[in-house]
Amino acid sequence: MRAAIPALMKQFAATLHVANCFSVSIGHLLLRKPSAGFVRGSVLGLVSLSFLSGADSVASAQDLKRGERLFNACIRCHDVGKDARNRIGPHLNNLFDRRAASIEGAKYSKAMKRAGADGLHWTLDTLNIYIENPKNLVSGTRMSYRGMRKEKDRSDLLAYLREFSVSPANIPEASASLLQQDAPSLHEEAYLEGDAEYGEYLSAECTSCHQSSGEDKGIPSITGWPQPDFVIALRAYKKEHRPHPVMQMIAKRLSEEEIAALAAYFKDLN
Amino acid sequence: MTLNRRRFLGTAAAGAALLSAPVALGKTRPRVVIVGGGAGGATAARYLAKDSKGAIEVVLIEPSRTYYTCFFSNLAIGGFQPMSRLAHSYGTLASEYGVTVVHDWASGVDREKKNVLLASGDSISYDRLVLSPGIDFVKGAIEGWDVTAQTKMPHAYKAGTQTQLLKAQIEAMPEGGTFAMVAPPNPYRCPPGPYERISMVAHVLKERNPTAKILILDPKEKFSKQGLFMQGWETHYSGMVEWLTDEFTGGVQRVDPNTMEIVMEDEIIKADVCNVIPAQQAGSIAQQAELTNEIGWCPIIPETLQSQMDENIHVLGDATQNGDMPKSAYSANSQAKVAAMAIRAALTGSRAFKPRFSNTCWSLISTDNGVKVGASYVATEEKIAKVDGFISQNGEDDALRKQTYEESIGWYEGMVSDMFG
Repeated sequence: MRAAIPALMKQFAATLHVANCFSVSIGHLLLRKPSAGFVRGSVLGLVSLSFLSGADSVASAQDLKRGERLFNACIRCHDVGKDARNRIGPHLNNLFDRRAASIEGAKYSKAMKRAGADGLHWTLDTLNIYIENPKNLVSGTRMSYRGMRKEKDRSDLLAYLREFSVSPANIPEASASLLQQDAPSLHEEAYLEGDAEYGEYLSAECTSCHQSSGEDKGIPSITGWPQPDFVIALRAYKKEHRPHPVMQMIAKRLSEEEIAALAAYFKDLN
Repeated sequence: MTLNRRRFLGTAAAGAALLSAPVALGKTRPRVVIVGGGAGGATAARYLAKDSKGAIEVVLIEPSRTYYTCFFSNLAIGGFQPMSRLAHSYGTLASEYGVTVVHDWASGVDREKKNVLLASGDSISYDRLVLSPGIDFVKGAIEGWDVTAQTKMPHAYKAGTQTQLLKAQIEAMPEGGTFAMVAPPNPYRCPPGPYERISMVAHVLKERNPTAKILILDPKEKFSKQGLFMQGWETHYSGMVEWLTDEFTGGVQRVDPNTMEIVMEDEIIKADVCNVIPAQQAGSIAQQAELTNEIGWCPIIPETLQSQMDENIHVLGDATQNGDMPKSAYSANSQAKVAAMAIRAALTGSRAFKPRFSNTCWSLISTDNGVKVGASYVATEEKIAKVDGFISQNGEDDALRKQTYEESIGWYEGMVSDMFG
C-alpha cells in the first residue's frame, strides 16, 4: 500500500491542481454503494489510531495544516477526531463512503434523509460539490453554511477530513476538479430572469408529481422557493450531481432559459 | 394567487363567466366537450378551465359519480391501500374550476354536426371534442370469456367493483389452491400492471396461504420491468410464481368460467381464482366514431393529440396509438396538458409552446420495495418519440426501494390533485 502512495499523490495533485480540460459525469459515483469497508459503530476506536498521524495522507503536511485551520468554519456544528460526537451536525469521522443521513442519533433534515435514501454518498466528489454550496446537493439542508468558494480551500479541508478515516489512502480520489470551470452554484451573481408564463406551461410537467398546493408527502414541495435555490437544484440534477433518475431525466432537457422560467413561476406559487 | 384564481372560477361557474373575453367580442364562449373523466379527461378538463380563465366552456361527460383510479388498484388487492383511497369525485372540478360535469354515458359522436350523443337521449354540441375513453376488451379475444363471465373470472382491469371482487376471491382461496392469470398481449393498459398484480397476489398468499400456486399464462415473450419482477419474486415469493409463455404452453385455447378451467394446447389447468385480462382496444366510443385504425387504436397527430381522422377531435391516453408512450395514467395526464394547450391556442389564441411529454410507472414488488421505469418524449412528424429513459436496477438497497415506494405514494397524491383539483 505504501508503495502506491507516491503515484497516488501525483494523481491527486494532477486532478486537483492542473486545470481540468474535461468534465466528468459523476452520477455513477453518487450512486455507488459503500465498499465492504469498516463496520459502523466499531470504527471510533480505530480512528484514534490513524487520526493526527497523517501517515497515510496523500496531501502535503502544509495542505493538512491549512485544512485544519479551514475546519474552524465547521467546528461550531461538527466534531471530528477522537471521541467525536454528534453536535448540531453529525460527527465527521469516517465520512468518506458514508451514505448521507446515515449516522444514528444525528439530526438530519427531511431533505437530507431523502437524498441519502436516493443514494447520495459522501465522496471527494460529492463533498467538493456540497461544501462549495450545500444547496447544490440538498435544497432543504439544515446546514446553514454559505459555502467555500475556493477550490484549493475545499481540497485542503477535504484532505484534512479524510485523515479521520480508518484507511485514508483507500478513499477513491476525486474524478476531476468538477467545480473549477463549471460551478453549478450561483454565488451572488444574477440568474436569468425567467418568463413566468412559459414557466407556468412548463410547470405542468412538474405537477404530475409535485403538488401545486405545496404538499410534500413522498415527493418534495417545490412551491415558493427562492429562485436561486430552484435554479441550483435543477442544474445539479441536469449534471447528475444529484442522484434521482426522474429528476435527472426531466432536468436534462431543460435549457437555462426554461429553468429560469420555472423558477420564476414557482417562486410565487404558495 | 391560485386561490384567487380558483375563487374566480368558482364564481364563473355561478354565472359571472358571462363577462369573459369572448362575450366582449360579441360571441358565446367556445365549448370543449370531454368524454371520459380519467387521467386524460379529468386533467384536460382542469387545465382547460384553469388556464383559459373562463374563456372556454368545459363540459366533462363521465358516467361514474365516484371514480376509482385504476392506477394503484393493485395496491388495494395487496392490502397496501384501502379501496376508499382510490375513490374520487368530480365535485372540485365543478365547484372550483367551473367545469360542467355531466354524469351520463356518451353513446356516440355525430362528427358532421359536431355533437356528442348521450344515453339519456340528449346531445351536446362542441367546438372541440376530447375523447379519453380508456380501453375496452376485444370481443371474443379469449374463447369462453365475455363480460358476463367477469364475476367468475374477473379482469379487474377497470378499477372498482372488479378490484374488490378479485381481492375477495384471492383471500377466499382454498389452502394450497391455484391462482391463474391469463395475461394480455401487447399493447395494453399499464404494461407493468399484470406483473405488479402478481406481486400483490403473492404478497397476500404468502401471508394467508403460503402453499398456494400462482401461474401466469402469458402470450408475450417478455414484459415490462421483467428483470426486476423476476428477481423480486425469486427473493420474496420463492417457488410461488410460475411464468409460462405460449411457447411453453401452446397458449390459452379457451376458458370455462363455470368449471374454472383454462384449456391449453395439451393441458387443462383448473384454477381456484382466474384473473383474465383480455386483449384490448380503444374505448368503444372511439370505435363507434370511426376514429380507430385496423388494430383498434386511435392514431393521433403527435404535436396536438388531434385524431388523424378528424381535426376537431383530440384523443388522449390509453386509446391512442401515439408511437412510443405507454398506456399509463401518467402518459394520459402528460398528453392531456399538451392537448389542452393546443386547444386553448386554437380557440382563444393563447400562446402555444413546444409540447413535451414524460412518463414514469412505479410498481410495488413487496412491502416497502418499489421500483420505477420512466422516459421523456417529444413530438416528431410521425410519432411521440422517446428521447431518454431510466429504470430501477436489481441490487438497489432497501432504503432506496423504500424511498421509491414512498415516492410512488407521493406521486399518487400529486396525480389525483392534478386531475381532480
